[in-house]
Amino acid sequence: MAIKDYLRQRFFPHMWCPGCGHGTVLNSLLRAVEELGIEKNDIVMTSGIGCSARISGYVDFHSLHSLHGRALAFATGVKLSQPKLKLLVPMGDGDALAIGGNHFIHAARRNIDITAIVMNNKIYGMTGGQYSPLSGVGKKATTAPYLTIDNDFDVVELAKAAGATFVARTTTFHATEATDFLKKAIMHKGFSVVEILSQCPTHYGRKNKEGDAPQMVANYDKITARLGSKKLEENPALIGRGIFVDRQAPEYCEEYDKIIEYAMKGRK
Amino acid sequence: MAKKKLKELVINRDWCKGCGICVAFCPKKVLELDKEDKSVAVRPQDCICCKLCEIRCPDLAIEVVIEPDKEK
Ligand SMILES: Cc1ncc(C[n+]2csc(CCOP(=O)(O)OP(=O)(O)O)c2C)c(N)n1
Ligand code: SF4
Ligand code: SF4
Ligand code: SF4
Repeated sequence: MAIKDYLRQRFFPHMWCPGCGHGTVLNSLLRAVEELGIEKNDIVMTSGIGCSARISGYVDFHSLHSLHGRALAFATGVKLSQPKLKLLVPMGDGDALAIGGNHFIHAARRNIDITAIVMNNKIYGMTGGQYSPLSGVGKKATTAPYLTIDNDFDVVELAKAAGATFVARTTTFHATEATDFLKKAIMHKGFSVVEILSQCPTHYGRKNKEGDAPQMVANYDKITARLGSKKLEENPALIGRGIFVDRQAPEYCEEYDKIIEYAMKGRK
Repeated sequence: MAKKKLKELVINRDWCKGCGICVAFCPKKVLELDKEDKSVAVRPQDCICCKLCEIRCPDLAIEVVIEPDKEK
């Protein structure tokens, strides 16, 4: 099947700004699904609210455009009732880790078989450029005209500590890598997290003088380095890209099935 | 391995928003933005079919169509 067959083409051109990284994340994700050959009807995408969350309207899978921060809660409900379906949950950084931070850590803790994709543009794009828990110190935002003083979360470390069994990071510059990590995350049994650095030229880029979309994309190559690479070894301050965690652990739906069996022992 | 040959660079002008990402990263400078800020293939003969433009386009507006391999 061609990539376009996974799109609801009637909603194109999409609503994202020129050069918005979220479109590239969609592009990489569709390639992952296509290369894995998964049937559209076997995929459910749940999303919250944000520019990022609009992604669920563009894919021709089952989709739920739900509440801000709650995409993982909806996904958990769907997965528990239909464990055979693949759950894809793309979220903005605010959606995933500000209002949705609790859902994020608890989904990771349970190791439920869901793929979370954090489309990290370090800002609240949809509402006009407020800073997020991923903006970091010294950034400009509508709510921080004199620079932010808040430390940021490291999505990888947070996901790891909370119990996610697959954790990877990449960027929109590294689109082939993104497709590769997404494929592995989707096939992984358990809670998988793929953080993709995704440019918001309209708010973050403009306020922080990071240039236009191509400049922001090129910058992702400069500020990141592959795990195990010489570049990272020589510049440990760079942001690591790669697969940080890939391990097996009991999966929530399977454990739930066992409990049902145990509770029903001897009865029908 | 035989070199890939370009059949056509299909650019959907209705979807392209002229962000310039494909133009900036094409290793062979095949693409440019025209007066209407739409991507156009000005040097298709130089295209090496790497698909970097297609995979990074945020608007899914480019498709690199490769000539089918004749030996097969
Ligand atoms: C309960 C609730 N609180 C606040 C909002 C307002 N709101 C809409 S989107 C958004 C943040 C979007 O930022 P992010 O999740 O990072 O996604 P982006 O738009 O940057 O892709 C906020 C605060 C809302 N819709 N619902
Ligand atoms: S405001 Fe930012 S995140 Fe939202 S569509 Fe525009 S570029 Fe993308
Ligand atoms: S990357 Fe896509 S949207 Fe941007 S200029 Fe090229 S074809 Fe147009
Ligand atoms: S396929 Fe590669 S060489 Fe050809 S136009 Fe696209 S980026 Fe340039």
